[in-house]
Amino acid sequence: MNFIEARKLVHEYIRRDEEGNVESIQTALDHVDIDVKPGEFVAVLGHNGSGKSTFAKHLNVLLVPTEGTLWVDGKDVTEEENLWDIRKNAGMVFQNPDNQIIASVVEEDVGFGPENIGIPTEEILKRVDKSLKSVGMLEYREHSPNKLSGGQKQRVAIAGVMAMEPKCIVLDEPTAMLDPNGRKEVLDAVERLNQEKGVTIILITHYMEEVVRADRVYVMDQGKVVMEGTPREVFSQVDTLKKYRLDVPQITLLAHELRQAGMAVPKGILTRQELVEALCQ
Amino acid sequence: MSMILDKVDYKYSPGTAYEKHALREVSLKIEDGQFIGVIGHTGSGKSTLIQHLNGLMKATSGAIYYNGEDIYDKDYDLRKLRQKVGLVFQYPEHQLFETTIFKDVCFGPKNKGLSQKDAELKAFEALRAVGLPENLWYQSPFELSGGQKRRVAIAGVLAMKPEMLILDEPTAGLDPKGRDEILDQVAKMHREWKMTVILVSHSMEDVANYVERLIVMNRGKVMLDGTPREVFAHYKELEEVGLSAPQVTYLMHELRRKGLSVDVNATTLEEAKDSILKTFGAK
Ligand SMILES: Nc1ncnc2c1ncn2[C@@H]1O[C@H](COP(=O)(O)OP(=O)(O)OP(=O)(O)O)[C@@H](O)[C@H]1O
Ligand SMILES: Nc1ncnc2c1ncn2[C@@H]1O[C@H](COP(=O)(O)OP(=O)(O)O)[C@@H](O)[C@H]1O
Ligand SMILES: [Mg+2]
Ligand SMILES: [Mg+2]
Repeated sequence: MNFIEARKLVHEYIRRDEEGNVESIQTALDHVDIDVKPGEFVAVLGHNGSGKSTFAKHLNVLLVPTEGTLWVDGKDVTEEENLWDIRKNAGMVFQNPDNQIIASVVEEDVGFGPENIGIPTEEILKRVDKSLKSVGMLEYREHSPNKLSGGQKQRVAIAGVMAMEPKCIVLDEPTAMLDPNGRKEVLDAVERLNQEKGVTIILITHYMEEVVRADRVYVMDQGKVVMEGTPREVFSQVDTLKKYRLDVPQITLLAHELRQAGMAVPKGILTRQELVEALCQ
Repeated sequence: MSMILDKVDYKYSPGTAYEKHALREVSLKIEDGQFIGVIGHTGSGKSTLIQHLNGLMKATSGAIYYNGEDIYDKDYDLRKLRQKVGLVFQYPEHQLFETTIFKDVCFGPKNKGLSQKDAELKAFEALRAVGLPENLWYQSPFELSGGQKRRVAIAGVLAMKPEMLILDEPTAGLDPKGRDEILDQVAKMHREWKMTVILVSHSMEDVANYVERLIVMNRGKVMLDGTPREVFAHYKELEEVGLSAPQVTYLMHELRRKGLSVDVNATTLEEAKDSILKTFGAK
């Protein structure tokens, strides 16, 4: 069974004037089909305004479909009584690390979610420990979040989501504001949660390098899904991606251009190591 | 003509328990018409530094001279300075406030004293430059996607045609094409209008591709200052302070370790490609 299953999902943002007459309709999702299996790591790419965040917001019912269906963990998002279960099982992490942290001490911030839903104190403490550990931030438990670097703040935000013990984490450009080291810390933490705890990951990003770590990639263009496949399959189509305003990792592009210049480099190179091997054999 | 920073020091909340020494005696000379990149880990002082350049923040000690004039002189017109030195903030979308995108971009030039018509012309040009689809121009800026808001905010500063343009991480959240479009546009204005540009960025690839001079900040100090090739040759030191070199630079080092005589200082895709083709062609 799929953990996420979107069928002909449509979302329209409808703008009305003061009298309530429809002024304009923006179709942000246009008959989208997306499947994600439990434990999968899926990346979503697409130009600005292609509908990625709109899709993400459906996964924890911040938005509801205009048409079509969406099941999360086998539950229909349009059924009111499923709301709670779905929200609990699909945690969200957003772009700006500064808007997501509320408490003045790291461990309080991580415990905030479980406390809010009435988890007993002892259990909260356990969860806080476990989640901070899983993102490599346990030693900062008593620190003040505003003294942390961007990457550390994002990992605290992820720990806060983990403390709710969701089956799935949706990350909407979690590294857009981070320095190279912060980006690596966050991606490493996400990968570990996926591999060691089996958490399903949906990663929205504009950094092509980050996508290399995913099992599968969806590419969106003007509200539609236009490509789907493994990173290698998707990134071997350099020209198609460019048409959708996207790119490939710098190493993949270099390999592509060396190939075009006549060198015997295979298609779909993703990492430095692969290119070194191809060149040194 | 240039901007000179002489031992600029800045402390947040000095004399309190929260005192934070964000800039430590930074001295720099920014020549007219340079295209400069600034990199550094989060918290290294980049945003604090550039807010000094248009007088938004005042140094705790030290001096700044723009075209020979002391900007802290009591007769110096800081308002004028801010029109000449345009700053695109780190999260510029937080500063959108007008009812339509077009009005938002007109605000700066109108404030500068241009007529409605001239301001509109400037806004038109700027919105074109950032590649925002025309059908969105008369909508509210609050209904845009993250990347679209970013473009509007950048257009707002471009419309002012400043002498010096400072961009604080302008491409965060932009799609790859949008990133290239904005940086190409900035590079074009740098060439055609001889505009001085300072680009703060977390993308090592972007700075390698665009800037002629790269300043590395670490803990409130200038740690390195040179061409991208010179700076990225210190990639080990950069890693120690949370940064890195462009992907291709690492590749070149790995190839060299395998015994190939490639150029280890290549920092752009073009340089790497030329060097690899040359090495293999020569074999
Ligand atoms: N609150 C809103 N009201 C009206 N239209 C909206 C709203 N939010 C988004 N849109 C529109 O819906 C479309 C999809 O937006 P969405 O935020 O999902 O894009 P995105 O793929 O996440 O883009 P980005 O990469 O810039 O974050 C865009 O055309 C956008 O202008
Ligand atoms: N408003 C503020 N109040 C107190 N400290 C601040 C403030 N803004 C930044 N700082 C501190 O000053 C230092 C430099 O920050 P900043 O200039 O924002 O760095 P960067 O832009 O390189 O990430 C950091 O230690 C940061 O925590
Ligand atoms: Mg988005
Ligand atoms: Mg900053």
